[in-house]
Amino acid sequence: MKNILFILTFIAMLCATYTSLVYAPTEVVMGHIQRIFYFHMGTVWAATIAFIVVFVASIMYLVKEKRKWDIIAYSAAEIGVLFITLTIITGSIWAKPVWGTWWTWDPQLTTTFILWVLYVVYLLLRSGAGKGERAAKYSSIFAIIAFIDLPLVYISARLKRGISPVVFGPGGGGIAPEMLYTLLVSLVAFTLLFIILLKQRIKIIKMRDTLESLKYSGEK
Amino acid sequence: MNKIAAIFWKDIITEIRSKEIFPIMLIFGILILLIFNFAFEFRSEITPNAISAMLWITFIFAGLLSLSRSFALEKENDALLSLVITPADKTYIYIGKLLSNFVLVFLMELIIIPVFILFFNLDFSSNLLSVLGVVALGTFGFIAIGTFFSSMALNTKMKELMLPVLTFPIIIPVIITSVKICSSILDGKDFSQYKSSLQVLVTFDIIFAVACAVLFEYLIEDS
Repeated sequence: MKNILFILTFIAMLCATYTSLVYAPTEVVMGHIQRIFYFHMGTVWAATIAFIVVFVASIMYLVKEKRKWDIIAYSAAEIGVLFITLTIITGSIWAKPVWGTWWTWDPQLTTTFILWVLYVVYLLLRSGAGKGERAAKYSSIFAIIAFIDLPLVYISARLKRGISPVVFGPGGGGIAPEMLYTLLVSLVAFTLLFIILLKQRIKIIKMRDTLESLKYSGEK
Repeated sequence: MNKIAAIFWKDIITEIRSKEIFPIMLIFGILILLIFNFAFEFRSEITPNAISAMLWITFIFAGLLSLSRSFALEKENDALLSLVITPADKTYIYIGKLLSNFVLVFLMELIIIPVFILFFNLDFSSNLLSVLGVVALGTFGFIAIGTFFSSMALNTKMKELMLPVLTFPIIIPVIITSVKICSSILDGKDFSQYKSSLQVLVTFDIIFAVACAVLFEYLIEDS
């Protein structure tokens, strides 16, 4: 029973790999390189969930002051940084042949970059603020301000038109149904991966807490 | 209101008497301008974009000096504790500090701008007032965030070293917008062309100041 989530994630990741590499039709203009897009979307999706979790857990921590929320926020922030790093890397690999450049200061990319910096600073603050309640409180406060800051970064960076692909909504030129299925499979797979990583990370921190308290009671 | 004024005046008077931060901040700002001058070696005319970028880099680096001292000063002799136990809302401490920091940094900017004009042979005469207005608005947003993190950074292991790392990523929207408006003004563009950016800047200022004022209570509790 315990391993069901592992098995599900494993199968989902296999399916995502298969659908994005084999099942999905080759894009006419961009060719095979477009296939990385499914994983790019998957990582950015997981990162978005992660940062929303950080934001909500930080508010909950300030209100309730329960260690539980702090652990959730910290774990989610770490995983979020991992996924946003992967997003930037896969995006760059995609952008080089398609746009002819690894990086450009388009509003979406600028915001993603600032997002990355903000949560790396969050982790720095965590290690710099010492231990215990103060570190938890400070990082919660920083996480809340950082989350408020992001839309403002996007607004201020939106000086020229963005060139990141718009898939859905107005301007998206429509997408083949196979591509849509592939994308959905990938999103599900990455959501599961995020949940599993979060659970594992929380478990590790809780174990460490237990170890600390055991050490402390041993010294006494 | 009286309490805010009291904290504000306390800081200003301390600075007038000790003359600790302001001269250092000013000299540092002028030194940055000097470095810019040699780094770029402008031969022909400088583009408005470069002017406003240089101005803002100078303001932020010099302003950070003042911010990093703002709460460190209170830490000596445990003055912060007496500040916290005064029967006043903690938000007042933040607002008082915000205002005194703002006045100090804005004064520095008022001196830096003429020096800048002098160093680079510029002519601001027609739009000096609008530039000053934008500088005041941008500085307010910067100081609102900076004052807040100044008290946070002080309680971390790295002390003041943490301040720029915390402040920079957050103030980016304010800086982008301020630089953009300043270069539009210096470019001689019409008010209607940067009116919307100005509204955005004012909105940022309000959002940052309100968010920091609300969160300050949680920040100061145990320090």
